[in-house]
Amino acid sequence: MAKLTLQDIRHSYLSNPQTDGDFAIKHIDMVFEDGGAYALLGPSGCGKTTLLGIVSGLISPTSGRILFDGEDVTNVDTIHRHIAQVFQFPVIYDTMSVFENLAFPLRNRKVPESAIQSRVVEVAKMLDLEEGIHRRASSVTVDGKQKISLGRGLVREDVNVMMFDEPLTVIDQNMKWELRSKLKELHQNVRTTMIYVTHDQTEALTFADQVLVMYEGRVVQSGTPVELFEKPGHTFVGYFIGSPGMNILPCKVSGETVEFSGLPVECGNQIESMQSLQDSRTTTEIGVRPEYVRFSDQGIPVRIRRVDDLGRHQLVHVEHEQHGIKLICPEDALIPEGSARIQFDKDRTFLYANKWLAGEGSHP
Amino acid sequence: MINKTIKQSAWFFVIPVILLVAFNALIPLMTVVNYAFQETFGDNVFFWEGLTWFEQVLNSDRFHDAFLRQIMFTSVILLIEVPLGVAIALCMPRKGPWVSVCLVLMALPLLIPWNVVGAMWNIFALPDIGLLGYSLNSMGIDYNFTQQPISAWATTILMDVWHWTSLVVLLAYAGLSAIPEAYYQAARIDGASKWAVFRWIQLPKMKRVLTIAILLRFMDSFMIYTELIVLTGGGPGNSTTLLSIDLVKLALGQFDLGPAAAMSLIYFFIVLLICWVFYTVMMKNEQQ
Repeated sequence: MAKLTLQDIRHSYLSNPQTDGDFAIKHIDMVFEDGGAYALLGPSGCGKTTLLGIVSGLISPTSGRILFDGEDVTNVDTIHRHIAQVFQFPVIYDTMSVFENLAFPLRNRKVPESAIQSRVVEVAKMLDLEEGIHRRASSVTVDGKQKISLGRGLVREDVNVMMFDEPLTVIDQNMKWELRSKLKELHQNVRTTMIYVTHDQTEALTFADQVLVMYEGRVVQSGTPVELFEKPGHTFVGYFIGSPGMNILPCKVSGETVEFSGLPVECGNQIESMQSLQDSRTTTEIGVRPEYVRFSDQGIPVRIRRVDDLGRHQLVHVEHEQHGIKLICPEDALIPEGSARIQFDKDRTFLYANKWLAGEGSHP
Repeated sequence: MINKTIKQSAWFFVIPVILLVAFNALIPLMTVVNYAFQETFGDNVFFWEGLTWFEQVLNSDRFHDAFLRQIMFTSVILLIEVPLGVAIALCMPRKGPWVSVCLVLMALPLLIPWNVVGAMWNIFALPDIGLLGYSLNSMGIDYNFTQQPISAWATTILMDVWHWTSLVVLLAYAGLSAIPEAYYQAARIDGASKWAVFRWIQLPKMKRVLTIAILLRFMDSFMIYTELIVLTGGGPGNSTTLLSIDLVKLALGQFDLGPAAAMSLIYFFIVLLICWVFYTVMMKNEQQ
C-alpha cells in the first residue's frame, strides 16, 4: 500500500514530439492517497490506458517522475513496483488450474509453498472461486476468469496499487453489477489504493470516492462524484457526466454582465475580474445542467421541439435561435406547448472561459 | 426427438461432390487396390492372389529396413525442425521494418522447386567441388556423401532442415503474433521469468499451429521423394532408401506391380493412422 504521486508527467508515443498534439499525456500532476478508490473516467483515446501503463512501469514517460510513498520509482521495472493490474479482457494462464493461476505470482516470487496454499485458498474464498479451484482455468466462465485475474493481484500482500483497465468490458450486464459491488467490498476489506479506468460514468461513480475526468491527455477535474456533477470544472466534464450532459451555450461578457444571445444570465462562479474575459482570444460559454433549467413566466423565450418520456422524468428539448437546450422535468409536470420561457438556476449556472470554469484557479 | 423432414432429393445435390471425390481419390485408389490383390502378366489378364502380396511385403526385411529408416528420418527432422522453428520464431522481431525482411527470407526455401533443392545440395555437398564438401574435407573431416552412409544421412537431414524449418517458423510466428500484448504485461506484473512466459503463455497459445506444423512436417517427411532422389538416389547402397524411394524401385525398377500396390496401401494406411492418432490425442488434450 502506498501513496502514489505523479509529478509533471508527459508522454508521447513519438520519438521526437513537437507540438502539444503529439503528446498522449499532455501534463499530469496528481496525488493518489494511500488506500483511496479512484476512478479515471474519460472517452476512448484520452490517455487513460497510457497513464496506467506509466504507473505500472510498462511505459516509461517522456518526462516527469512517479513516486511511491515519496520514493522515486520512475526507473524501477514493473516487478519491483509491486503493482497489480486487471486488463480489459481476462488474462489467464489457460493450461493451469484456477489454483495454479492464483499461486503463479507467489511462486514466481519464491514464496514458501505452505504460505501459498493458505493465501490462495483465502483469496479464492474472498472471490467465491473456491468451488472447482482445481479445474482448468480455461473452463471457467468469463466473469470467473476476470475474477482469477483480479485474484492474481490480491494474493500478493505487498501490492502498492491495484489498477483496473475497463475490467467489465466483456462481462454480461447482469454480472457487471455483481462484480462491481464485489470490487467495492474488496476495497473496503483490503484497503489497497485502487485505480479504476473506465469510460462508463456509472461504473466510475459507483466505484470511486474520487473521480478523475481525463480529456485529451489531461486530468480536467478530480473530485467526488457529487462535485463533478454539481460544479464541472471543464465543459467536457459537464458534457461527459450526467445523462444527458450539460447544456453548453455560447455567451458574451460585456462589462459585468454575461449575455446569452442578448439576454442577461446570472452565473454562480466567483469571478474577481470580468475584464480578463473580454479579450478576443477568450471564448466564453455558459453551462447549465438540464436538471437546473425550468419553465417560468419570464426569462428566455424558447420553442418546444420534442418531449422524451424517460419514465421517472421527462426530457424536454427546446430551442432558442438555433441553440438547443435540454431540460428535465418531473414525470407529472405539465409541459407547455409551442413556445414558453425558461430560466436557469442561478447557483447552478456557470461561466466557462476557453472551456475551463472561469475565475477558479489557473488552468493551462 | 424432433421430427425432421427428410427429403430424399437432397442426395441429388451432393452428386457433384461425390463425383469429384470419386474421380480425384476413390477411382485412382481403386486401381491400386486392383493390383494389390491380383497378379497380372499384361494383356489385361488378372489372377486373384488375395492377401499374398500384403504378407510378402509385411514379412520382407527390405520393407522393415526402409520403414525403420523412414521412422528414424522423420523423428530426427521433427526433433530438429520443431524446436528450431519455434526458437527462430521467438527471436524474430514482432514489429518494425525487419518483420517483412525476415518473413521473405524465411519463405525463400519454401519457394524453390523440390528437385532444385536436391540438385543444389548435391552440388553444394560434393566432396571435390562443392563448397560444403570441399570445406569439410580441407578442415580434415573425411566427408563424402556419395560413399559414406553417415555423411549421406547428415546431408539429407541438413537439406530437409534447411528446406522445411521455415514452414514451422512461419506457423509458429503466426501463433505468436496472435497473442495479445496484455498477456505479456500481465506476466511481467506477475513476475514471470522468460521461461515461465514461454511455458505458460507462448507454448499453450501456439499449440494449435504447432499441431498443424507437426502434422504437415510428419506427412511431408514421411513421403519425401524428390529432393532425396536427386541428392542421394537412396544410396550409398540402400542407406538412404526411405519408403517412397523403395516403393518406386519396387514398382518401376522391378515392375513388381502386385507387391508395389500392396506396399502403397500399407504406406497410405500408416500415414493415415499416425496422423489420426496424433490429431486425436492433441484434440483430446484440448477439451480437458
